[in-house]
Amino acid sequence: MSRLATAFARARTENRAALVTFVTGGDPTPADTATVLDALVAGGADVIELGMPFTDPMADGPAIQAANLRAMAAGISTAAIFAIATAFRARHPDTPLVLMGYANPMTIRGADWFATQCKAAGVDGVICVDIPPEEDDELGPALRAARVSPIRLATPTTDAARLPAVLAGASGFLYYVSVAGITGLQQAAQGSIETAVARLKAATDLPVAVGFGVRSPEQAAAIGAVADGVVVGSAIVDLVARHGAAAGGPVRDFVATLRAALNRKETVA
Amino acid sequence: MTATPTLPNSLRTLPDERGHFGQFGGRYVAETLMPLILDLEREYRAAKADPAFQAEFDGLMTHYVGRPSPLYYAERMTAHYREGAKSGYGAKIYFKREELNHTGAHKINNCIGQILLAIRMGKTRIIAETGAGQHGVATATVCARFGLPCTIFMGAKDVERQQPNVFRMKLLGAEVRPVTSGAQTLKDAMNEALRDWVATVENTFYIIGTAAGPHPYPELVRDFQSIIGKEAREQILAAEGRLPDLLIAAVGGGSNAIGLFHPFLDDAGVAMVGVEAAGRGIESGEHAASLTGGRPGILHGNKTYLLQDEDGQITEAHSISAGLDYPGIGPEHSWLHESGRVDYLPVTDREALDAFQLTCRTEGIIPALESSHALAALETKAQAMREDQIIVVNVSGRGDKDIYTVADALGAQL
Repeated sequence: MSRLATAFARARTENRAALVTFVTGGDPTPADTATVLDALVAGGADVIELGMPFTDPMADGPAIQAANLRAMAAGISTAAIFAIATAFRARHPDTPLVLMGYANPMTIRGADWFATQCKAAGVDGVICVDIPPEEDDELGPALRAARVSPIRLATPTTDAARLPAVLAGASGFLYYVSVAGITGLQQAAQGSIETAVARLKAATDLPVAVGFGVRSPEQAAAIGAVADGVVVGSAIVDLVARHGAAAGGPVRDFVATLRAALNRKETVA
Repeated sequence: MTATPTLPNSLRTLPDERGHFGQFGGRYVAETLMPLILDLEREYRAAKADPAFQAEFDGLMTHYVGRPSPLYYAERMTAHYREGAKSGYGAKIYFKREELNHTGAHKINNCIGQILLAIRMGKTRIIAETGAGQHGVATATVCARFGLPCTIFMGAKDVERQQPNVFRMKLLGAEVRPVTSGAQTLKDAMNEALRDWVATVENTFYIIGTAAGPHPYPELVRDFQSIIGKEAREQILAAEGRLPDLLIAAVGGGSNAIGLFHPFLDDAGVAMVGVEAAGRGIESGEHAASLTGGRPGILHGNKTYLLQDEDGQITEAHSISAGLDYPGIGPEHSWLHESGRVDYLPVTDREALDAFQLTCRTEGIIPALESSHALAALETKAQAMREDQIIVVNVSGRGDKDIYTVADALGAQL
């Protein structure tokens, strides 16, 4: 079983949702990212999403835009992202690591090159924000050939007609973007999330993780009661912004509160 | 948008059904936007086939925009280049006078088409990005005309250097939102417009200002702008009884150029030059020439030539012309470049400024700095062609908006 499947299965065995956490690679500096990633694991994250910075992050709100700028000012590069991933894999052999980012940095040297690098660095999955199924002739097949999971996004606007196309070739987990919007701002109504998750779970056996706008342990717990995974990004990125190279402790403590909230699933549900 | 018979092996049949021009174009957008993009495509196909839509578009073009724009024989410009040319050389130069349109540029053609689509789709709010402010003014204009609220995203740097257009947009009732992220120019305004759109897809229509972005935008913008080339074709046939030998247009995103070129693409005898902004020179690295100095990549919904580094990070463009200050280009131009049908030439800020002044003095026309790039190409093209040959230059916009920039560049105090 893949690391991703194992992580979701273990959370399910423990009768809780998996905690998926996002930070931007190279934030506050490429050298300090390892400390932040270790803090995520220490706090109890089940899956790590490592953001690949891009000059034009069209789907991101102010927090992650700023993180991209910090990382780029500190000299992040694609080679440095893969070095961060490789070192993470050596320190944490079992924690799934997913790269999240935009099409151009992922495909500029060719989809095969990128997939091969992912494989070599021990990356388990890839979320590409701006390659919808209609344009996935190269990246998805290259990742699958390298046994790296292409993780697809479903949104509130993904209707029943489109859902099969989104699910075709999806693996790892299905990422439900709970608001039509950018990262870190609005928060979806709990009722709409429950309806959407039920609809998605009826259509796929993949775990369904819910993200965008999830900032507090309370929200995480409520979503965790209905979804297989909860994604928290901007709230953690904000801590990195505030504490910089000293973010390890605050990030670990915050992630631990998220994880504790998910562990109490039964009392919330 | 009248159906013109298409020859076999036509260059005018693209994009394909997935929005691709060869390897370029496509729909590289977040999943949230995909259903809307597909919906827009369906609605555009229906509108294209609807005579009532076409009639409303044509009526507004005539009575509101003031079309057809003249095709004007630039007699003194022609004489200027004949002087000093080899005997029998110096082509006859015509200007396609898009600067005489309502709002002062070609941008209005596209805005009229898109707002009619927006209304047809039941959208109640309009957003747009703008660089020089010409597209912003054109969008604010059609929003005022049709009574729809409108938000224009504009790089903070552009807000500063295009104050007259900012004030125009406000007078027209638009909200101008300065964008302070990234380089604070056109690409960043487009990012911010996309961020707004992804959160407001239910009620909002995004009027993209150039022949770029996700399919079907490059196609529909081209179709609306093709009125330029269709008129030019009829006008030159009436004036000269034959087609021109060369078309010249400036290319930022490339909507005025594709509008002029497209109706002529299958006429093998008509050569075409797209002029890219070379800023302080290609070798300086400070330019906006995506084809000359970039390579293919994915940005803003389409695959096309982009200015970028080896990691695929987008680099900042530079041009004295805010309307050309964009690190990408419409995907059809990338395809026309690779297929060799159109030549793309770089022209520097300095050369554009010289052409700006020359056009003022020889023709009594103050051209936009964007259009001045096209006019600058006459320096190398006009004298290399015979007297009996014909060049059509697209004067895509008027330069009143640029007088502060030009004054600054020439060291004049206003």
